[in-house]
This record gives sequence, C-alpha cells and structure tokens, in this order.
Amino acid sequence: MKYVIIGNSAAGIGAVEGIRQVDKEGEITIISNEPHHTYSRPLISYLLLGKTTEEKMKYRGDEFYDRNNVNFIHATANKIKKKQVLLDNGERVDFDKLLVATGSSAFVPPFEGLASVKDKFTFMSLDDAYKLNDALASDKKVLIIGAGLIGLKCAEGILKRVAHITVLDLAPRILSSILDDDGAKVVQSHLEGKGIEFKLAGSVKVFEANTAVLNNGEKIDFDILVLAVGVRPNTALLNGIADIERGIAVNAKSQTSAPDIYAAGDCTQTLDVSSNQNKIMALLPNAYMQGECAGLNMAGGEKNFDKAIPMNAIGFFGLHVVTAGNYSGDVYAKTESNDYKRLFYSDNKLNGYILIGNVEKAGIYTSLIRERTPLDKIDFALVCEKPGLMAFTKEDRMAKLS
Amino acid sequence: MKRVYVNEKWCLGCHLCEYHCAFAGTNGKDMARSLKDIKINPKIKIEEKDGVSFAVSCRHCHEPLCVKGCITGALSVSGGVITIDRNRCVNCYTCILSCPYGAISPSEDGAVQKCELCIKTSKGTPACVEGCPNGAIVFEERR
Repeated sequence: MKYVIIGNSAAGIGAVEGIRQVDKEGEITIISNEPHHTYSRPLISYLLLGKTTEEKMKYRGDEFYDRNNVNFIHATANKIKKKQVLLDNGERVDFDKLLVATGSSAFVPPFEGLASVKDKFTFMSLDDAYKLNDALASDKKVLIIGAGLIGLKCAEGILKRVAHITVLDLAPRILSSILDDDGAKVVQSHLEGKGIEFKLAGSVKVFEANTAVLNNGEKIDFDILVLAVGVRPNTALLNGIADIERGIAVNAKSQTSAPDIYAAGDCTQTLDVSSNQNKIMALLPNAYMQGECAGLNMAGGEKNFDKAIPMNAIGFFGLHVVTAGNYSGDVYAKTESNDYKRLFYSDNKLNGYILIGNVEKAGIYTSLIRERTPLDKIDFALVCEKPGLMAFTKEDRMAKLS
Repeated sequence: MKRVYVNEKWCLGCHLCEYHCAFAGTNGKDMARSLKDIKINPKIKIEEKDGVSFAVSCRHCHEPLCVKGCITGALSVSGGVITIDRNRCVNCYTCILSCPYGAISPSEDGAVQKCELCIKTSKGTPACVEGCPNGAIVFEERR
C-alpha cells in the first residue's frame, strides 16, 4: 500500500501515527513545501520571545521519520491527477491512498497602497518568524493588523524587542472569535498594561509607505507591518476533484468526496458538535485528531472523528485564557478579582465556556460540551461553581476512576 | 498495564496521598522535614463534599486527549504511561483544556504537571498508593 500525505504539520503527523497503528509495512511519503523537520506552528511566537528554540519546537523527535519509515520529499504538490501527485520539480508520486493536509495560509486583504510598504510580514510559519525576527529592532514601531490569536501572540512575542506596538482590528473587541465583550476587556486591559496599544473598530483606508491612513482619517506611523487578519484554507489542490465548500468537505472518517482521497486539519471544514454547524476549525488539537483518524481509516482501520468543537488555550504574559464551544443560550457568570468565568448552556446541554485567569480543571467543562452530557444527570450548580468529578453521579464517578 | 484506581468507599479524605505525592517529587528523605512550611501542589488531588471524598490523578487513558492535543509534543505515551517532557512544555494549557478528569494542573516551574505513576521518582508502586492508609488507592492491572 502506498500512502501519500501532503503536509508535514499536525494533521500529517497524526496520519502517520494513525497509519502505523494499523499498517507497519505500507510505504508512507510526506510531501512538504517547507524544508523543516515537523515543527509546532503555534510556537513561532515563543521562538521570537526566546522561550523556545528551533530544536525544542520539533513536534516529534529527530527519529520520527526513520522510526515510522517515512519518505520525506521537500517539494510543492501542484496537481493531483488520477492516482498521482504532480510536484513542482517535475516528479510524480504514485499513491493508493492520499491525505491532503495542506493547512491554511494567511489571508492578506487587497489594501490600497500595500505595495508601497517595504517591511511587511505574515505570521504563520517558521520562515515567517525568521523573516520578522531579522527586521526587529529596539527603535522600530510595529503595526499589527488583526487582534486575533495570531496577531496577539505575535505582539507578545516581539513586544520587548521593539519600540512600540499598535494593534488594529475591524472588530470592536480583541480576540473576537473566542471572547465575549467583557472577557475581551479583561484581556485587553492586561495587554495595555504591558504597553500594547489598541485601535479597535477601525480599518486601513490606504497605506502610504510607512503610514497607515485609517477610515476615520487617523494616521498611524510604523516601521514594520504584520498582517494577521485571518487565515484561509488551502483547498486548491482538490479543485474540481472533491467537494469544497468553505473548506474541503470531509465526513467523520476524514474522507473527501473523491475516492481514496482524505483530508484533515486546517484545510477542511468539520462538524462542530457544540453548534451542529460545519465550520473551519483551524486548531492544532483537532488537526492532529482528524489526521490520526484519516490515517487509521486509510490503513483499513475503523475510526470516526465526530466530537470536534472549537477550543483554545492561549496565554499572554502569564494571563491564561481557555475557551471552548459556542456562546449561545443562558449564561452562568462569575467574575472574581482577576478570574473571569462564563458558561453558556441551553436545552440541558453545556454549549460553551470562557475562563480567564483561573483555568483549573477546564477539561471537565470541555468534556461536558464534547460529550453533550445532559445537565440534569449531573450536579450542574456544583460544576458551575467548581469543575470536578464530584458533580457526576456516584456510578459515573466509579466508572471514571476505577 | 498497571494503573492507579481509587475507590471512594474507602477514602478517608485524609489527604495523605497528596502529601506523599508532593514528597515523592522532592527527593527528600523525611516527609515532615521536606514539606515543612510548603504549600503543596500535588499531582493527585482529593475532591470532597458532604462526607464523600476521592482522589483524582491521571487515568493514563487509552485515547489520551491531552497527548493528542499537545501543541508541542511535550506529552507522550511511553509503555502506556503518559509522561511530560518539561523542557518542551510552554505552559499553553491545551492539556488542561483537554483532560476530562481535570488531572493536569499548572505548576510553578514553567511546565504543567501530571501523575507519571512515579516512574521518574521511585521504583515500583506510586507514592500515593504506598501512602494510602486505607487501601482506597490501588495500583493494579485491570483492563
């Protein structure tokens, strides 16, 4: 059996580990357009912060490819034709089962005048991080467009190494995809306390070299521009071959609509069981699990990836934020000194939560969402107050612990 | 493989397991001396309410959501035991978000902490099991 995996990040690595649980012999080839050993993308901000090194960023150990007998090809996959992947170097790679784990790319809006900006960067890959790193200097002013996860982790990573950071976002609050208004204020004021300046509900009308002119006429001078507006799934390889909606459409077995072609990770859209909607959930844990599921199925095993929910654990300068699910329904709210908690529930189910500060045992809440646990089967009042196994029935506790 | 199992029927709520756990991490010789004036942060923790108590520590799951979700690869399974490479952990807390038992917790030294069945600190039986005076925590091969 010839397995080919396009992509060398979480989903691709998950697929290798999934395949090898079932098939120790089949030929596995990873095609990657990056030359690097598999690394953890979310760590690029920690690299600039000096909290990790390229060596420690390796997502799996040095022996990973050898131990799993993986053939690694550094090339760009240009096209899929019948049972072959055509590479930019002219080579063709045959496959019996193919996984498309091509990830996502930074979305760069067509801002007027963007071409006049000399030092502009995106922040998705190790190479992006090195390029940005080379431009940093203590007298430089940085403008980051996008107050999302990527933009703010970038800000944290480089704050100490530059003169000033301004973060601009179209949305009226920071981290708008994972926080509510009040939670966003908590995190924003923490970041402002560290020296980061925010311009919210604003957008760039035009760039004039080192100046951004906003729609309200305000001007922001900068030396370095970071574009962290959002990401788009890399779906082009399957154009005309498999169903693509917002991302590549896959079923619970990670199969696309094309025979013998699977897809996993940021390039796909997945059913969010907390809202029952198909979404692009560009998240590393989901990518790994979906990739592993794909690998198991490619190798003839049986596995469903059918409990996906949006979930994020992120921290800024020691302030931790853990969120999951969707924020619809009734709200349990508790704010105590620096700890912020919101639980969202309806129809006897927990839909989502936001924890800032104290995030202890957050996984108890995540599990209630993921498993769609009926809330009348647990002591919900207790679990709101204090997440723990105590909220479950004695029978359930025994099942979990013995 | 052998795992730690707890039975709330026998748990006295004495918290000795927590002290033995914390002591096992100190490399000290005398528990009272090693833990004197220290606020312990054990990897096994007692939950208690209305006369019911039980200890919770890592279940070393067959399908470990913490390992699968770990963004750095710091968490891994070795011989059925889920261990953490503290050197690679960046404290992102994705594992705390993922663990359905609440068995992974923050620590003071730049990495999360979890029960590793004392494989790094002692030989054989985990300290919590050894130290439980009422047989409420056992180390057994069950499934």
